[in-house]
Amino acid sequence: MAGTVTPKPRARRSGLDPSRADEYRSWLRQMVLIRRFEEKAGEAYSLGKIGGFCHLYIGQEAVAVGSLAALRPDDYITCSYREHGHALARGITSRAVMAELFGKAPGCSGGKGGSMHLFDASLGFLGGHGIVGGHIPLTTGMAFAAKYRNTDQVAVCYFGEAAVNNGAFHEALNMAALWKLPAIYICENNRYGMGTALERASAIYDISERACSYDMANEVVDGQDVLVMHAAMERAVERARKDKHPTLLEVRTYRFMGHSMSDPIHGHYRTREEVEDQRKRDPIAVWSQRLIEAGLMDQAAVKALDKEVLEEVDDAYQFADQAPDPAPDALFADVYVRS
Amino acid sequence: MATLTYRDALNQALREEMERDPDVFLMGEEVGVYQGAYKVSRGLLDAFGPMRVVDTPITELGFAGVGVGAAMVGLRPVIEFMTWNFALLAIDQLVNSAAKMRYMSGGQVGVPAVFRGPGGAALQLGAQHSQAFESYYAHIPGLKVVMPATPADAKGLLKSAIRDDDPVVFIEGEMLYNIKGEVPEGEHVIPLGQADIKRPGRDVTIICHSKTVSVALKAAEQLAAEEIDAEVIDLRTIRPLDTAAVLESVARTHRCVVAEEGWPFAGVGAQVVDTIQREAFDELDAPVLRVTGADVPMPYNKQLEKAAKVDPAKVAAAVHSVLYRD
Repeated sequence: MAGTVTPKPRARRSGLDPSRADEYRSWLRQMVLIRRFEEKAGEAYSLGKIGGFCHLYIGQEAVAVGSLAALRPDDYITCSYREHGHALARGITSRAVMAELFGKAPGCSGGKGGSMHLFDASLGFLGGHGIVGGHIPLTTGMAFAAKYRNTDQVAVCYFGEAAVNNGAFHEALNMAALWKLPAIYICENNRYGMGTALERASAIYDISERACSYDMANEVVDGQDVLVMHAAMERAVERARKDKHPTLLEVRTYRFMGHSMSDPIHGHYRTREEVEDQRKRDPIAVWSQRLIEAGLMDQAAVKALDKEVLEEVDDAYQFADQAPDPAPDALFADVYVRS
Repeated sequence: MATLTYRDALNQALREEMERDPDVFLMGEEVGVYQGAYKVSRGLLDAFGPMRVVDTPITELGFAGVGVGAAMVGLRPVIEFMTWNFALLAIDQLVNSAAKMRYMSGGQVGVPAVFRGPGGAALQLGAQHSQAFESYYAHIPGLKVVMPATPADAKGLLKSAIRDDDPVVFIEGEMLYNIKGEVPEGEHVIPLGQADIKRPGRDVTIICHSKTVSVALKAAEQLAAEEIDAEVIDLRTIRPLDTAAVLESVARTHRCVVAEEGWPFAGVGAQVVDTIQREAFDELDAPVLRVTGADVPMPYNKQLEKAAKVDPAKVAAAVHSVLYRD
């Protein structure tokens, strides 16, 4: 990577492992890619290039990046509709994701899924799903399949904290614990289900405690620190892969933007001061600072990385803008195997 | 050919398919230790073990979703609903997950799952346990809907449904489990989407499915005594609908009655009638009539229940009407 520097002894004092410097830098790159991608998506939405709903992931980047980095290529992943970041972190190209947002033929779902339904089966990326909580049982089913086939794959599900008040969450976690399935449920607690604060929707505020109902392993994780996120995920993956026990991770994070593009940044349900306060723990700033302090990168390298990412995102935008629409006969394709 | 009940024909299909393909498993409430609420899964737990015959909590949405998820990664689940009444709790998984996965993933991820269980009007079970939902599922692009009326069809269609790569809603007749009929042994597979002429006739076509097939056949017997020769067409698969078979029959008889257990508004019969008037208008000598369940929640009282259900007399009356003999 351009502009990287040789690890120095102070890396150890920072709690970072210098031998993992490349991995650390790749996490930063992924987080910056998601940030810049989402900014570009927001811009494209304003220009009418992207239609429908568009839910940005800005502020939560460390959750997807830190957790997905702990998985194997053959593991299964499902997400809610705020999944652009997960798709990029899993390795779907920025071109394919942007083209899907634009509804174009080379999009990762052929232009027929859209922002909320990103798929890449070859990466085990089995969808953004649009009904709150609806994909949680699907993940339990994928974990069931892993157990059925006696593989050591794990199935991972990302959802927001608003989903935990939904019956699908309860039903899916109960069965995963009952049957000892290799599933990991990642609740990205960004404090608001659309405009409803956790405290206005849930009788208990510590979501991890919900796992006690199922005698399930659980952990509260700082989702603004990619290293902490990654370490917690490694523990959960080990538990799933080796011990065949599911885990509920409650990841505390924050959405810096509105619920969707039609929602202003703070709206009526949270204050400007709260958003500004939360932005002080921007996961990208936290991590790049950490790498700089540890001597694993310098400012110039961070800047170079950002420039490289901006170029990638610009390229994705141009690609998506110029890509063809799906052919007219795509309308009736893939309703059934033979349709 | 062995004579089997509809229940045992289904059991035979499940057993044979599970023997044939290790990816096929059965999951649902009471399918294992209890041997099935309607005994369709009798003996399967002993034969295949608890990983392939899986008892679930009472959690229709949850285990339907588990089935969809397992199918998305290549297993072939057979998800049993104790009845389709309870499956309403799972309809989000059937409509939003199973039916749409292939389309919204751009063809990457299919859901080769079967969702099966009894449906239709039962006997004095009241409003919440006695209803027909096929029109709900037949409305949804991405789902197939299969409703066998005889033991042989039950076996042949369930085997096809399990082998199908699309999600199949397989609605068994709750009142049909005990009926008996000859069932071919071994590899007896009936393609989905093919109607069957259960009784050939010249004067009028009666289109029906599931329980209403036996109702229509009884009506046809009564009509025969009046020298009215009715043809009875069993749709067998509601979606995809065998429109060719329907139109071919109507072109011969020029008169048609469509019978179903469901409610009249936006029912399966409405779709059949639409097809006939668009494709065979000039063949018709009378408007097509529908015989349906009464447009009410099912009452408990025996006399009221009888009044609410489709019966041979109602079908015969509709036939008289399309023949202008009423």
